[in-house]
Amino acid sequence: MPDPSRSGFPFLYRKFLQNSLSLKFITSYMEEQNLAELEAAFNRKLEKDVRIEPKDWMPDAYRKTLIRQISQHAHSEIVGMLPEGNWITRAPNLRRKAVLLAKVQDEAGHGQYLYSAMETLGASREQTIDDMHEGKAKYSSIFNYPTLTWADMGAVGWLVDGAAIMNQVPLCRTSYGPYARAMVRICKEESFHQRQGYEIMCTLMKGTELQKEMAQDALNRFWWPALMMFGPSDAESTHSQQSIDWKIKRHTNDELRQMFVDATVPQAELIGLTIPDPNLKWNAEKGGYDFGEIDWTEFWQVVSGNGPCNAERIEARRKAKENGMWVREAAMAHAEKKKARKAS
Amino acid sequence: MTGKDWPLWEVFIRSKQGLNHKHVGSIHAADAQMAVENARDVYTRRSEGISIWVVESSQVFASDPSEADALFEPADSKIYRHPTFYEVPDGVGHM
Repeated sequence: MPDPSRSGFPFLYRKFLQNSLSLKFITSYMEEQNLAELEAAFNRKLEKDVRIEPKDWMPDAYRKTLIRQISQHAHSEIVGMLPEGNWITRAPNLRRKAVLLAKVQDEAGHGQYLYSAMETLGASREQTIDDMHEGKAKYSSIFNYPTLTWADMGAVGWLVDGAAIMNQVPLCRTSYGPYARAMVRICKEESFHQRQGYEIMCTLMKGTELQKEMAQDALNRFWWPALMMFGPSDAESTHSQQSIDWKIKRHTNDELRQMFVDATVPQAELIGLTIPDPNLKWNAEKGGYDFGEIDWTEFWQVVSGNGPCNAERIEARRKAKENGMWVREAAMAHAEKKKARKAS
Repeated sequence: MTGKDWPLWEVFIRSKQGLNHKHVGSIHAADAQMAVENARDVYTRRSEGISIWVVESSQVFASDPSEADALFEPADSKIYRHPTFYEVPDGVGHM
C-alpha cells in the first residue's frame, strides 16, 4: 500500500489545513497518535527482549532513568578508585602492588565504558561529572567508608566487588544496548577483582593472630555497608518497579541482597571468618539465610552526604578535575595549532 | 570551572589478524593520535586488539532507525537471493 502521507491528495489537504483554524488542533491530535504508536512499538521491543539502541525512539522518562543510573554507576567506578588508591604505595609486596594497581586501572576503564554508554543518550559527560561534584548526582555509598588497614583491600575486593558483580551480572541483559555491552566487558574484567580480595583474606586468615584479627575487623566494618550497596528495601525503593518494567533492572534490591548473602556466608565460614550478624541463620525452608535488619538510619545518612568520607571523596574528585584542567586545555590548544598548521 | 570536553571519537578494534575492525565504544581525546592511545588504555587492557581505528563521532552519518523498514525492504522481498529458494532433486547431494 502506498504511504498516504506521500501521495498527492494529503499534500493538498495539508495545504488546505494550513489555511484553516483547526490546524493546531489536528496536528496536536496527529502528534499524540504518533506518540502512542511510537510508545507501542517501544513496548513491543521490550516484550520481545529486543535491545533498544541509541537512535531508536524511547520515552523521555526511560532516557532520563538510564542517564541517572548509568552516570551514577560511572561515578561509582571513578570514586571507587579512591579508597583502594589509598593503599597502592603501601601494598605489602610487589605482587600485591601490581595487582592493586591493575584493579584501580580497571575501575578507571569501567568508568570510561559507562560514561561512553551514557553519552549515547545525549548526556554531557562533563555536566554529569559536575553534577556529582555539586552533590546533585550520587555514587555508591560504600565508597564513603574509609579503608583503614591492608585487610580492607581484602574486604573491599571480596565484598564490595562481590556485591557489585551480583548487581552487574543481570545488567548484562539490560534493555539498553550500549549499557548492556559495557556491562559485559565490566563483568568479564571484574571477576579477578573479587578473587584477589578473597585471596588477601585467605592469606591473612592463615597468618598470625594479629593478621586474623585484622581480617575479622575489616569484615566487621564492611559487611553491613556491603549489604547496603543493594539499595533500599523493595518497599522503600522508588525506582525499582518502573525499572523492572522497562527491563533496565532484572531483579529487585532485596532479591539481589539475598543472593549476595547466600553466596558470601559459606565463603566466610570456609576461611574461619564470622559474619557480624547475631541474627544470621540458615533457613532450610526458603533455601537461604535469614539475616538481621540493616541500620537504615545509617544508610540514609550516608546517602544524603553525611558518611565518614563523603566530603573527602568529593573534594578529591573536584581537585582532580580542577588540577587537570590546564592539561586538557593545553592538549586541545596544541591539537588546534597542529590542525591549523596542516591546513595552511 | 566548567571547561570543554575533548572531542568524542568512535573506536574500532581488530582483535586479531583476519578479522574486521569492530566498533567497541567511544573515547574523548584532543586529536586522533591521543584518541588511539586512550583507546588502547581503555579498550585493550587484556590484549583485545592488534589494531585500532578512531573516527570523530561527529563525522559518522547513520541511517535513521525509524526508516529502517523502508530502507531494508528491497532485500526482504527478494527471497530468490537465498539458495534455499531453489528446489533440486534429493539425489544431487551437496550443492
